[in-house]
Amino acid sequence: MKAKIIITPKKAVLDPQGKTVQGALEQMGYKGIRAVHVGKYIEIELDGNDRETARKQLDEACHRFLSNPVIEDYKLEIED
Amino acid sequence: MRFAVVQFPASNCDQDAIHAARILGHDADYVWHKDTSLNGADVVIIPGGFSYGDYLRTGAIARFSPVMQAVSEFAKNGGIVIGICNGFQILCEAGLLPGALIRNRSLQFRCEHVFLKTANYETPFTCRIPKNKILRIPIAHGEGCYYADPETIQKLKQQNRILFQYCDKDGNLTEQANPNGSLMNIAGICNETWNVAGMMPHPERACEKILGSEDGALIFHSIIYSLTEKQKKTGEKIQAGHK
Repeated sequence: MKAKIIITPKKAVLDPQGKTVQGALEQMGYKGIRAVHVGKYIEIELDGNDRETARKQLDEACHRFLSNPVIEDYKLEIED
Repeated sequence: MRFAVVQFPASNCDQDAIHAARILGHDADYVWHKDTSLNGADVVIIPGGFSYGDYLRTGAIARFSPVMQAVSEFAKNGGIVIGICNGFQILCEAGLLPGALIRNRSLQFRCEHVFLKTANYETPFTCRIPKNKILRIPIAHGEGCYYADPETIQKLKQQNRILFQYCDKDGNLTEQANPNGSLMNIAGICNETWNVAGMMPHPERACEKILGSEDGALIFHSIIYSLTEKQKKTGEKIQAGHK
């Protein structure tokens, strides 16, 4: 199994990286960009095939360690 | 007094902190991140640097190191802990202080002297700072923008737990004087029980004339003074691990 975790800055939190990337894209001539948010992508390879247990464990890990709930949101997906 | 300075892989202000404590006339020793005891220290400094390469987030990995268990316990027992720069980030990640430090609004790494206004003079970290004195202390960080949700900011304000704010040389809290975009120009805060503080500026780099400022020493003097007074009053010492 493989876990895919996407971490993004919370909407209320200032994201200067996103703003700067947006500025650069606009400067390059790309149109229609409303907002850019720069986050992180983490891939975790897992033993076994018990999805539920894996999800429970990783959900906790995301909350305690992989993301910081004060400033970030995360999305966890587990696939075979 | 005895200072313990925690060393993580890639701490780089640990020697400055030791040096500052020693030139101010105190004992100071390193504590390795894998240690589980603080060796009877009176004060713990979590120094600046890039602990664990700043991987994942600043301070995110350091907070789970064995020594942080001892630091948390020491803090819970009322021990004085100050986190400077990366140390502040670690204390926030560890939940010993509220909020988080995020990328500077300018995206620049800022390395310069800043002016600080003391927002509360009645704490163990600020009690020896002369009223209305504007401190001049250096910063050196890329992720020092203090963020917390509006309720937390409100609480910090109401409880007077903001210690320092970035200001101009006359003490005005301007946008221009804010080097990183911190909410309310916050440069340093304290926990609810007044024994754990975090600040982005480096007082340990401003304790000698030759370094251009001695204002940082006022923060160390405050800590020493309040500890001495407390020990006089209660006659007991907060134990940090075993001697």
